[in-house]
Amino acid sequence: MLVVFSFVLCAAFVNAENSVDAERGRVVSYLSTEPPNLDSAKSTDIISNTVLSHVMEGLLQADANGRPVAGMAERWELRNDGASFWLRKDAKWSDGKPVTAHDFVYAWKKAVNPETASPYAFILYPIKNAEQINQGNMPLDTMGVRAVSDRELQVVFENRCPYFLSLVKSMTYFPQRQDVVERYGRAYAADADKMVYNGRFTISKWVHSARLTLSKNDLYWNASGVRLKEIDYAYITSDLSANFNLFKNGSVAHTLLDNNAMEDAIAKGYALGQFATGSIYFLEFNFAEGHVTQNKHYRKALQALLDPALLVNKVIGRPGTRAAYSIFPSYLNAAKSTFAQELPPKPVQYGLSQARELFEKAKQELADEPWSELLILTSDSAHAKKQAQYYQYLIEQGLGINVRINSLSFKQYIQEMRAGKFDIALAGWGPDFDDPITYGDLFASWNPNNRGKYVNPKYDAAVRVAQNSLDSAARFTAFKTIQDIITEDVPIIPTYERFDLYVEHPSLKGVTRLPSGADPDLRHAWIEE
Amino acid sequence: MLRYIANRLLSAVITIWFIATATFFIMHAVPGDPFSQEKAVSEDIRKNLEARYGLDKPLIQQYGIFLGNMVQGDFGISYVQENREVNDIIREHFPVSATLGVVSLLIAVFAAVLLGAMAAVFRDRWQDNVVLIAVVAAISVPSFVIAALAQLAIVKINSTLGWQLLPVAGWGRVSHIWVPALVLGLGTLAYLTRLMRSSMLEVMSADFSLTAKSKGLTTWQVFYRHQLRNALLPVVTELGPTIAAITTGGFVVELVFAIPGMGRYFVEAVQHLDYTVIMGTTVFYGAFLVLMVLVVDILYGWIDPRIRLAKGGLL
Repeated sequence: MLVVFSFVLCAAFVNAENSVDAERGRVVSYLSTEPPNLDSAKSTDIISNTVLSHVMEGLLQADANGRPVAGMAERWELRNDGASFWLRKDAKWSDGKPVTAHDFVYAWKKAVNPETASPYAFILYPIKNAEQINQGNMPLDTMGVRAVSDRELQVVFENRCPYFLSLVKSMTYFPQRQDVVERYGRAYAADADKMVYNGRFTISKWVHSARLTLSKNDLYWNASGVRLKEIDYAYITSDLSANFNLFKNGSVAHTLLDNNAMEDAIAKGYALGQFATGSIYFLEFNFAEGHVTQNKHYRKALQALLDPALLVNKVIGRPGTRAAYSIFPSYLNAAKSTFAQELPPKPVQYGLSQARELFEKAKQELADEPWSELLILTSDSAHAKKQAQYYQYLIEQGLGINVRINSLSFKQYIQEMRAGKFDIALAGWGPDFDDPITYGDLFASWNPNNRGKYVNPKYDAAVRVAQNSLDSAARFTAFKTIQDIITEDVPIIPTYERFDLYVEHPSLKGVTRLPSGADPDLRHAWIEE
Repeated sequence: MLRYIANRLLSAVITIWFIATATFFIMHAVPGDPFSQEKAVSEDIRKNLEARYGLDKPLIQQYGIFLGNMVQGDFGISYVQENREVNDIIREHFPVSATLGVVSLLIAVFAAVLLGAMAAVFRDRWQDNVVLIAVVAAISVPSFVIAALAQLAIVKINSTLGWQLLPVAGWGRVSHIWVPALVLGLGTLAYLTRLMRSSMLEVMSADFSLTAKSKGLTTWQVFYRHQLRNALLPVVTELGPTIAAITTGGFVVELVFAIPGMGRYFVEAVQHLDYTVIMGTTVFYGAFLVLMVLVVDILYGWIDPRIRLAKGGLL
């Protein structure tokens, strides 16, 4: 059998190195960077999230479709004023100790503690007093979370929080063991042996920037449901062509593709996969005093001029990338089907004549103002610059505005955005958790990511409803309102949704690729013999 | 000799202090900071972060603290990898770059001496032309192109053979070293070849070559005993900075071949404005460079006794 099997594999991959080994249940993969921080209270990035999601588990966890299902908690109750979670009896840490409600209380308080300075503390703000504590205005012990017993956790909300179950599966809500954290202090989670695990896998080997190996955790409560025995991130590099070379050589089981690799992959006859990354891109207007973009007709003129479909077809030219007409990406689920089907955005009349008409109105309103100059801020990545140049061309040719592009290194670009030194900024957003509010609250007046300083009481009111209402219909009405404001008042012009392309070893099955959480997610994966 | 070394050490310390100071202030003058990321952090969290790293203090005070810690050999904690000390990063990743660098340098020096000498001996003949064309190509093609081509070549070779002759990328086995080492050293190889060729040409027309020949030595004896050793001197001079440059890592080679070396930290720290890692790696690199130049100068004196006599020129 083995001989036959190896022969088949050899035929499929001429020189297969064993990126997928059915006998040992082993998959070889790569990470694009060293995980910057595996202390779940402080992690913010996708790589740390990917590793952590395989080795840790929250009260709830994402199923293969990303929906919250039982994790450490076997039972829960969501109320208007809070929530209760009952932990399963067989929830264990990798050193054999039981996972208790205290471990969650400890981790959550640690993340909110101002001394921790966690950039993701805000994700715990739905819990009573968390925001005040994080700002240093209240003591830590006033936080609305309490271990009633070892196995019962009680949460009190600041306001109602309809999407709390989506939140508790995210990494900032993972438990931590006080004794382990205190034993290693600042070096907690810096190495494989300086942390304990409660997820499907443990980190069995970690050579910084070289290799990170996950082995199945036999103490995991549902260990029999975990079909892989080892996930070996044997290469750590962000070079996509190197990763594609590794895939061609049979050294890794999957890889993302850039445009060059895509053409090569098609020529070689590999089956390409595609998934929504959840990232949405847009042009952000500056509403600060002295910026021409304060004028609504001016913004609407640009909206009419810049048809996202043309951008996607002419400039981005990458299969799968979708033109965006809303801040809510098309993959999001509404009540029954997808967001895009149930809550379609209002149509915009595109065209040069519409744009010019609107621009004439703007010119009249702006009489003495310098409407003839426009500053576009962008990062210095090749594709961002290409897009900026495309906009520059359209706006100069179409409306006779003199457009200047300021393309800066990433850090400087962020700095200029914070300082408000732009008329239009090329910006984007990826989801923090899987509820539409992670996109919807972006342009609320209080959101630090609202870098154009857009202020609209109607928008704010809709965000408050979406954040606090437990009535699903009322929430979707609020999302619709947010979407309509974006189309009609144009605080931003949505441009495109990003999809990524990948190739994968044909024997590797059940890999999940979702917009939020781990990616690629191998928690449910198996190898087909 | 001891006084010479003491003097050199003193000037080395001043050089390192200067490197550290200049880097510190230039780095802080770059717009943005380690905390500016795509996702904005609230002002409160930002204040907490600044307080933790002491960025809320006046710059000159930060400089004082940095200098005090640096003297004790403590560069602090990375901003990006919040639970790792900069010293640990250097301790873990410098040996990787150094291993790769040493292999790379050995390949480069041996090949350069051989090719350079050969080109000189066969001056203006086809051997010389081939070497010169190769040298120009190796110098002018950027390393990311060479690295990518080399990697693609490995994939092709492996798939043609049907077995793994060489690994495509990665680190941990001896076989992982060869191709990246060659790619990393190619520029140096080319440069040293050119240097060796011209220095060899000079030596070949020198009086002592003629003397040696007239003593009745064979061409090979003249070449080996007299010309080669003398022609090596300029190559040895170049070795100091070259060793430092090559062993502290090549960002591109490390990225393409997924090698956990210090070069990646060096470059990525700048991209992320990871202040402590920038300072740690730069000062380390600077100190290593100064040390290597010193070592080579002493070595040079040993190879060429004329240097020891001239005590005037120190740095």
